[in-house]
Amino acid sequence: MFGLFGRNKSKDQLKKRLQMVLVADRAGLAPGKLNELKNEILQVIAKYFPGDENMDVSLEQEGDRMVLTANLPAKQV
Amino acid sequence: MNAKAIVVTSGKGGVGKTTTTANVGAALAQLGEKVVVIDTDVGLRNLDVVMGLEGRVVYDLIDVFEGRCKLKQALIRDKRVENLHLLAASQTRDKSALSEERMRETVTKLVDEEGFDRILIDSPAGIESGFQTAASAAEGALVVVNPEVSSVRDADRIIGLLEARGITEIKCIINRLRPDMVRRGDMLEVDDVLEILGIKLIGIVPEDEKIIVSTNVGSPISLDKEKSGAGDAFRSIAKRVQGQEIPHSALESKRGLMTYLRRILGIG
Repeated sequence: MFGLFGRNKSKDQLKKRLQMVLVADRAGLAPGKLNELKNEILQVIAKYFPGDENMDVSLEQEGDRMVLTANLPAKQV
Repeated sequence: MNAKAIVVTSGKGGVGKTTTTANVGAALAQLGEKVVVIDTDVGLRNLDVVMGLEGRVVYDLIDVFEGRCKLKQALIRDKRVENLHLLAASQTRDKSALSEERMRETVTKLVDEEGFDRILIDSPAGIESGFQTAASAAEGALVVVNPEVSSVRDADRIIGLLEARGITEIKCIINRLRPDMVRRGDMLEVDDVLEILGIKLIGIVPEDEKIIVSTNVGSPISLDKEKSGAGDAFRSIAKRVQGQEIPHSALESKRGLMTYLRRILGIG
């Protein structure tokens, strides 16, 4: 953890936590709800594309608007 | 800044709104502007003691609002620097005595009739009526942020509320920065805070023991001729409020080559 090439800096953790919580604050959605939303979307996708991994749903700030982004690499048959 | 009436706010309490108001106000007056600082923290006034003017408060903002005195009578002239004035909050009333309409009227009078160049409005903590009244008469805002979790989160909320009021000239003051902690990676860097909040920087104030000393004696550190981290920072902020381009100190970015080398060598 305190290796020669930098350690796990507490400020990086704080930055990530703040970015997460502010996305939820700005969207007026409780962070727990946001996670539920993500999980539900992923469940629905999994129903149609079973076995796919590496799927990710995130809510991000893009300029002055919030964007719900889903990264869903559907399997090629 | 184009704004004459500027609210100093933060959401969270204890981050340095009042100290910032006193010091930037004093520095602006020293630069020749006719300045009034207004305390809107009704019931919990402190700008008077931070500035060392507590013994001279006779009338306050609520007396003005409710017509018990003339606006001129409530203006306390600071004797240390020409053109610096204080309009104190009432200590015996509560925030329900505030009125957005009276606040706007008062600020208009201060500009049009009393000829003030700059009005700094010290907002109470929180997002309720006290903050709303303080913001109601402002054209611009100085958002004071400490580089820690609750202050940044609250600042984000405040920025949203200021924008909802149509205030667009919003500048960030990063207060109480500890360069040693930033170097260790245990405190957010200036760039991190600005990236998260998405607003422009107007100044970085380092944590400085001298601030406590200056408030102990009721004399803004920005008026002190002696060099100090915080005093210099507040004077620079005042100049930037006037539109001067003053480079930010080296505290702004710790991503220089030396820092990188030190980090690699494990001596950072």
